[in-house]
Amino acid sequence: MSAGESPTIVIPFVSPRAGDPVITSELVADHGLSDDEYERICRIMGRTPTFTELGVFSAMWSEHCGYKNSKRLLQLLPTQAPWVIQGPGENAGVIDVGDGYALAFKIESHNHPSAVEPYQGAATGVGGILRDIFTMGARPIAVLDSLRFGDLDSARVRYLFGGVVSGVGDYGNCVGIPNIGGEVAFDRGYEGNPIVNAMCLGLMKKEDLITASASGVGNTLMVVGARTGRDGIHGATFASEELSEESEEASRPRVQVGDPFTEKLLLEASLELISSGAITGIQDMGAAGITSSASEMAGRAGNGVQIDVARVPVREPDMTPYEILLSESQERMLVVATKGHEHEVHRILEKWELEAEEIGEVTADGRFRVLENDAVIADMPALPLTEGCPTYEREGIEAEEVRQLREMDLTEHLIPNGDLTKAFLLLLASPNVASKRWIYHQYDTTVRTSTAVRPGGASGVVRIRGTKRAIAATTDCNGRFVYLNPRRGAMIAVSEAARNLVCTGAVPTAITNNLNFGNPLKQHIYYQFREAVLGMADACKAFETPVTGGNVSFYNETDGRAIYPTPVIGMVGIIEDLSNITPQSFQSKGDDIVLLGENTAEMGGAEYLYVTAGLVAGEPPRVDLARERQLQRAVLTMIQNNELRSAHDCSEGGLACALAECALGDEEAPFGVKVELDDTLPPVATLFAESQGRIVVSCAPDRTENVIKLAMDHSVPARRIGKVGRRGEAFHVTAIAGQIKIDLVTLSRAYFGALPAIMNTPASSVE
Amino acid sequence: MRVGVVTFPGSNCDYDLYKAAQQVGADVEFIWHRQKNLDGYDVVMLPGGFSYGDYLRAGAIARISPVMEDIVGFAENGGPVLGICNGFQILCEAGLLPGALIRNVSLRFESRDVHMLVEQTETPFTSEYQKGQILRIPIAHGEGNYEADGQLLEQLEAEGRIVFRYVNRGGEMTEEANPNGSRNSIAGLTNESGNVLGMMPHPERAMEEVLGSVDGMGVFLSLAANLSTVVL
Repeated sequence: MSAGESPTIVIPFVSPRAGDPVITSELVADHGLSDDEYERICRIMGRTPTFTELGVFSAMWSEHCGYKNSKRLLQLLPTQAPWVIQGPGENAGVIDVGDGYALAFKIESHNHPSAVEPYQGAATGVGGILRDIFTMGARPIAVLDSLRFGDLDSARVRYLFGGVVSGVGDYGNCVGIPNIGGEVAFDRGYEGNPIVNAMCLGLMKKEDLITASASGVGNTLMVVGARTGRDGIHGATFASEELSEESEEASRPRVQVGDPFTEKLLLEASLELISSGAITGIQDMGAAGITSSASEMAGRAGNGVQIDVARVPVREPDMTPYEILLSESQERMLVVATKGHEHEVHRILEKWELEAEEIGEVTADGRFRVLENDAVIADMPALPLTEGCPTYEREGIEAEEVRQLREMDLTEHLIPNGDLTKAFLLLLASPNVASKRWIYHQYDTTVRTSTAVRPGGASGVVRIRGTKRAIAATTDCNGRFVYLNPRRGAMIAVSEAARNLVCTGAVPTAITNNLNFGNPLKQHIYYQFREAVLGMADACKAFETPVTGGNVSFYNETDGRAIYPTPVIGMVGIIEDLSNITPQSFQSKGDDIVLLGENTAEMGGAEYLYVTAGLVAGEPPRVDLARERQLQRAVLTMIQNNELRSAHDCSEGGLACALAECALGDEEAPFGVKVELDDTLPPVATLFAESQGRIVVSCAPDRTENVIKLAMDHSVPARRIGKVGRRGEAFHVTAIAGQIKIDLVTLSRAYFGALPAIMNTPASSVE
Repeated sequence: MRVGVVTFPGSNCDYDLYKAAQQVGADVEFIWHRQKNLDGYDVVMLPGGFSYGDYLRAGAIARISPVMEDIVGFAENGGPVLGICNGFQILCEAGLLPGALIRNVSLRFESRDVHMLVEQTETPFTSEYQKGQILRIPIAHGEGNYEADGQLLEQLEAEGRIVFRYVNRGGEMTEEANPNGSRNSIAGLTNESGNVLGMMPHPERAMEEVLGSVDGMGVFLSLAANLSTVVL
């Protein structure tokens, strides 16, 4: 018997509430349900649902909550490893990080709200992910943000970008969680539909782990935190639709408003509640509000719940049960208090000047029952809400347009159009390559006094106080690669994330993913999704980094045009000894620069093509997972043996840009660079191709031999390519038949000045 | 040294301050914002954060918090009070320090390392520093732009009450080195009797090499050196 088909023996009759609209096929369609799905609901109910019941089903069976079009493929991802304590299905994944500590971490999207109201959309995205972490019993220790926007020459895009950055910043800053990294990319492929993914890491003692289940029949359900208002009603369904030009005005009421101050109080109160032992479960009221939190908690425990909406503290009068059940007002929690310990919950919440109210209880009958005072408003089996959502596997076919772009001949672009140094400066000043300081200088990165590596490097690092250990985290995905070749692009995203962690000295350990795609009902989008999941599964297996949770965001389309498929990889790694933390920039003049891996002429999807020709085309660079793994093992060994002074991954902008970043560091004390590359490739490829599997390291000259030997031992190609110069010396990179030569002041201005110059242009016209 | 770290609803650097004071050997306790009795503390610290969400104006609501009445009394009796970031804002709102902290000139939150010059070492907070020493310390604030009228600035300068000033690496006061537009590049100042210090930079975030700087330790070491000998 599948969960969706459970026979209902007694069919409780629920009379419609006065004022409820009549259920018509139009109303059903407005709720995002197909005719088949509606029939299925009637079968499950044994009768026609009431308006309120329809709303509940619609939210729970939305793409956002029900994973209709993704669930079957997601099952292909590896989720197990000895260090995984909690895999997918909870508020967040949890892994063992040693010394008695566990790490909870998760990434989540807030793309649609941010497209409509960038500041609040982004802020509430951060708020939601923090709650997912502290409801596991973990104290949030770091935030990362992964962002995508259209090109910054549009005033509208600058408005979205500026608003999102201050929304992410203000929320995290106020709650007091350091931002330790993330990424941002700008490409016309995201115009109109930005991507805002926020990731949070939380630390706890292993024994403090708590889950979100409604266990213990007779225990009391309590809503704690902010009051319930009319904001964000049907946000989950909204997140499961495409955007159109009308969306902005029409959808604004569906965007929630954040209050980070209340969040901070809720965080402290929740952690105190968990350690008090007065509660058995706790869950954030995220998408679909009380409905999803109550039914998911019931579902996990195999119990039922009964809620009286009249007891839910509301912000405004005359809210209907439908509204109360589906409101997505922020900073609220559903708590299951052990019977008889409700006063303890009240006491703790009062201390933090927050409200708590008993709204119902855990029942044994497996029903999701809603009362309004004495009247039953909804009565439905709980399990089908969370488990009975129909799932689909669709046909996927690659778009002809993409195939043509991928097969485009790029030979003509290998001939530089003018001076190489000029092209290089253009590339370095592209917002995709240039310093992101303008962003992270708006984020508190040092609060909680544990940030060992701040944003701006390959990955952020927070130490675990009282131990020698640290946690590294990164988010990565090059959407252009995924667009051109979804399977390979997803493999590259995982490989790059792992490479970034390794460069700071961390062992890649586990993944949370945020799969941002267009409308899965379209065959070419489903193709992208399927291929990306398959590529990701292969790469996760190769790196032994299981996926412990994440988020799927479909329908990222504006006026029918989808974003680049963007499966963002949030990866965490463990640094076993703080002394292994390795900087990405050069540290000492006279050091040798060694290139690990090989340069190739693979220009597909390179930033160089976008900057010089406005092109997103070609076959993305090959990725050999076994060799990539060997490269990473080699670098970790070098770091553990204390051979390296710095390590930097080669990604957007290629080897030349990686070298520039190594030279510039944090701007205060840049180093000169003298590098000679003897590859028999066109210089454009040697310098700017984004071939995979390359890391630039620097070491004291007496270590070079060891470094090269260790690389060889791992079958990794390695060669000394040059030297770190003095401060004030030039940045000089020669390839066969071409060179880049430039003074450090100009280099620094291009790299650090680009984003401020763009963003400080007054945003006079907010379109 | 017995240190009390005040926690207002919305404080978020209280734990960091707690650990910093503990690191120099202090006996530290949190003081809940509703607590009324400050007996037995050698120094009271007001942490950074967003007390009461910084709604209305940074520090404006914390100022009327129950504990503040006693903190004013504690300071008036000569007790050392250190306010960092939001703590500095609260001290200004409470009238324990003159002037006001307004929105950064950039109109953005500013979070990064700054350099600041130690100008006064004859305070219980800075005696372990060298005069003219340049410190590298993180800032993280949206409203740190110190504002005072000409007369007050003259008075502060004349009385030597400006303890820290934003400078560049070379120790020069420049516009670029001033992260928020503060008058006279003021990063920290004391009250008239020198027992209340407010500063925007976060010395508690610069206490360990692994965090990038140990330049903030002087503040806590100075307090420990000056207060450990107090006989209760």
